[in-house]
Amino acid sequence: MGQITLKQVRKSFGDVHVIPGVDLDINDGEFVVFVGPSGCGKSTLLRLIAGLEDTTSGIIAIDGKDATALPPAKRGLAMVFQSYALYPHMTVRKNIAFPLKMAGMTPAEQEKRVERAASVLDLTSYLDRRPGQLSGGQRQRVAIGRAIVREPAAFLFDEPLSNLDAALRVGMRQEIAELHQSLKTTMVYVTHDQVEAMTMADKIVVLNAGRIEQVGSPLELYRSPVNLFVAGFIGSPRMNFIDGAEAAKHGAATIGIRPEHVNIIAAGPWTGTVGLAEHLGSDTFLKVTVDGIGILNVRANGEVGHHHGDRVALAPQADKIHRFNRDGRSIT
Amino acid sequence: MARAVSNRTKVINTAIAGTLGFVMFFPILWIIILSFKTEEDAIRAPLEVLFSAGWTTENFVTVQERSDYFKHFSNSVIIALGSTLLGLVIAIPAAWSMAFVPSKHTKNVLMWMLSTKMMPPVGVLVPIYLIFRDTGMLDSRIGLTIILMLINLPIIIWMLYTYFREIPGEILEAARMDGASLKKEILYVLAPMAVPGIASTILLNIILAWNEAFWTLNLTAAKAAPLTAFIASYSSPEGLFFAKLSAASIMAIAPILIMGWFSQKQLVRGLTFGAVK
Repeated sequence: MGQITLKQVRKSFGDVHVIPGVDLDINDGEFVVFVGPSGCGKSTLLRLIAGLEDTTSGIIAIDGKDATALPPAKRGLAMVFQSYALYPHMTVRKNIAFPLKMAGMTPAEQEKRVERAASVLDLTSYLDRRPGQLSGGQRQRVAIGRAIVREPAAFLFDEPLSNLDAALRVGMRQEIAELHQSLKTTMVYVTHDQVEAMTMADKIVVLNAGRIEQVGSPLELYRSPVNLFVAGFIGSPRMNFIDGAEAAKHGAATIGIRPEHVNIIAAGPWTGTVGLAEHLGSDTFLKVTVDGIGILNVRANGEVGHHHGDRVALAPQADKIHRFNRDGRSIT
Repeated sequence: MARAVSNRTKVINTAIAGTLGFVMFFPILWIIILSFKTEEDAIRAPLEVLFSAGWTTENFVTVQERSDYFKHFSNSVIIALGSTLLGLVIAIPAAWSMAFVPSKHTKNVLMWMLSTKMMPPVGVLVPIYLIFRDTGMLDSRIGLTIILMLINLPIIIWMLYTYFREIPGEILEAARMDGASLKKEILYVLAPMAVPGIASTILLNIILAWNEAFWTLNLTAAKAAPLTAFIASYSSPEGLFFAKLSAASIMAIAPILIMGWFSQKQLVRGLTFGAVK
C-alpha cells in the first residue's frame, strides 16, 4: 500500500511561507510528478512527505494513518536524492544492504535481496566497488537499488536525473518508468523538466510559488490548462500567447495557441516573415514575425522548405485555441 | 592542457624549496649534532663543532641519570592524550550541532571561541594560578589535563566543524530515510566519513599539548612536570649545558616526531571523494 494524503499542509521558514497550504491525494500505485520552476516549493513538498522537514501545520497521512509527526525512518518511504547521496566508505553491496541492516534483517536475507536488486538494475558485477569507482548512471542505479530493496510503501525521487547527461537521462527515465510498471508501487517524482513529467506521470501536479496550479493527467494538462501558467509550462516548445485585438476577436483577454496547432498554408488570416528556421528532419521549427501580432513559434511535421526571410501564411486550428480572461484563467 | 613548466623553472623551484626546507630543519639538525658532542666541544664556533673529533652518547646517559626521563615522558603522554580525549568528548557534539543544525548565532559562537585564543595566556595566569592553588590542582596531572584541554578546545571545535561541514547533508538524510537512528547515523555514516578529519584533529592536538610550555612550566613543580619542564631544567642559572640541553630536547621531541611521521599517511587519505557528483 502507498496512499499519501496531504491536508492543508503548510511550511514556513521564519516569515517566508514556502508552502502556503496544499491539499493533495496520491493514490496507491500512482506515478505522481511534481513539476514547476525553480523555487516553486516542489522539493520542499517532497521533503515534507519524507519527513526531512517538519510541517508548520496541516496533516500528512500515509495509508490513512497520520504521519505528520513521525520521523523519516518510521514512514516506510524510500528516497532517491539528486546527488545520489551514497555512502562513500561502503561498497555498493553494503550501500544497498544498509536499510536492510538498519531494519535488523539477517545477513542471509540481506544478501538475497541485494542480489535480486542488483540483477534487476544490472549492478551484479559492480557489487564490490565503491561509489567513487562508478559512473554517474551507475551511482544513480545504486541509489535506486538502495530504495527498492526495502520494499517501501512509496518511492520519493528528488530530481534524480538532473546530474546525468542528456543521453543517459532518457535511458534512466525509461528504466524508472519500467520499474514503476513492474513494481506497481506509488512513486512521487520531483522535476523541473516538463518532458520528464509528461512522459512518466500518471498524474502531474503543477506547482507555482508553493501553490498547486493544476492536478491532472499529462494529456488533460496539455489539452485543457486551467490558466496561463500551466498553459505556458506544459508543452514544448512553449504555447504562443497573443493579446490585444486578435484576442478580443475570440472574446478573451489573451488567447493561446500551441506551435504544433498553427498550420502553414497557401493563404491565411495571418502573414509574417520567417526569422529563424530550425530543420530537424522529423520536425521544422519556425520563428515567424506575424504582421500586427508579433512573434509566433510554429512547429511543422517533417521537412518544410521555408528559410530565413521567407513570407509565409499561417492559420491556427480553430478548435485548438485556448482562451483566457483578464485574470489569466481559462474560459471554457 | 597541463601548464607547461620549463626545466629551468623546475630546477630553480627545487633549489628554493630545498633551501627553505634545509633552513627550517637546520635548528633540529644542529640540536642532534650538539647532543652527540661533549660540553666543551658544544660551545665552540660552529665550524669547529662540526669537525671536532669527539662524538659521544654520554649526554643521554647523564640526562637520564640526573632527571628521570620516563617520569616526565609518562606525564607528557597522560596530559597530551588526556586533554585530547577530553576535548573530543566535548568538541564532537559541539561541532556536530554547529555543522548540521546551525542557528543564526552559530557564526558568532565560533568567532567568540576563536577570540579567546587571541588573548595572551599570561593575562589570565594570576586568576588561574589562584584557582589551581585553592582547588589543590597545582602540580597535578588532572589540573594540567583540564587547562590544556580548555586552551585547545576552540581549535578542536573549529577543525571538526570544518571537517563535518564537508560532509554533504544529503548523505545523513539518506541514512535517516534508510531507517538509521541518530546514534546509528553517527556511528555508521558520519564517523567513518569523518575519520581522516578526526584523526588529524587528534594528531594536531596531541602535538600542541605535547609542546605547550607556558602553563606546564607555570603550574607544575616536580610531580606533574612533563617533558617541557624536563628541557627547561637544563637552562639553569648555573650556566647553560648545551650538549645536555640538546640531548634532553631530542629525547623530548623524538616521540612526537615519530608519531607524526607514521600517521601522516592516515591524515591525507580522503574518504568523501565520489560520494556526491
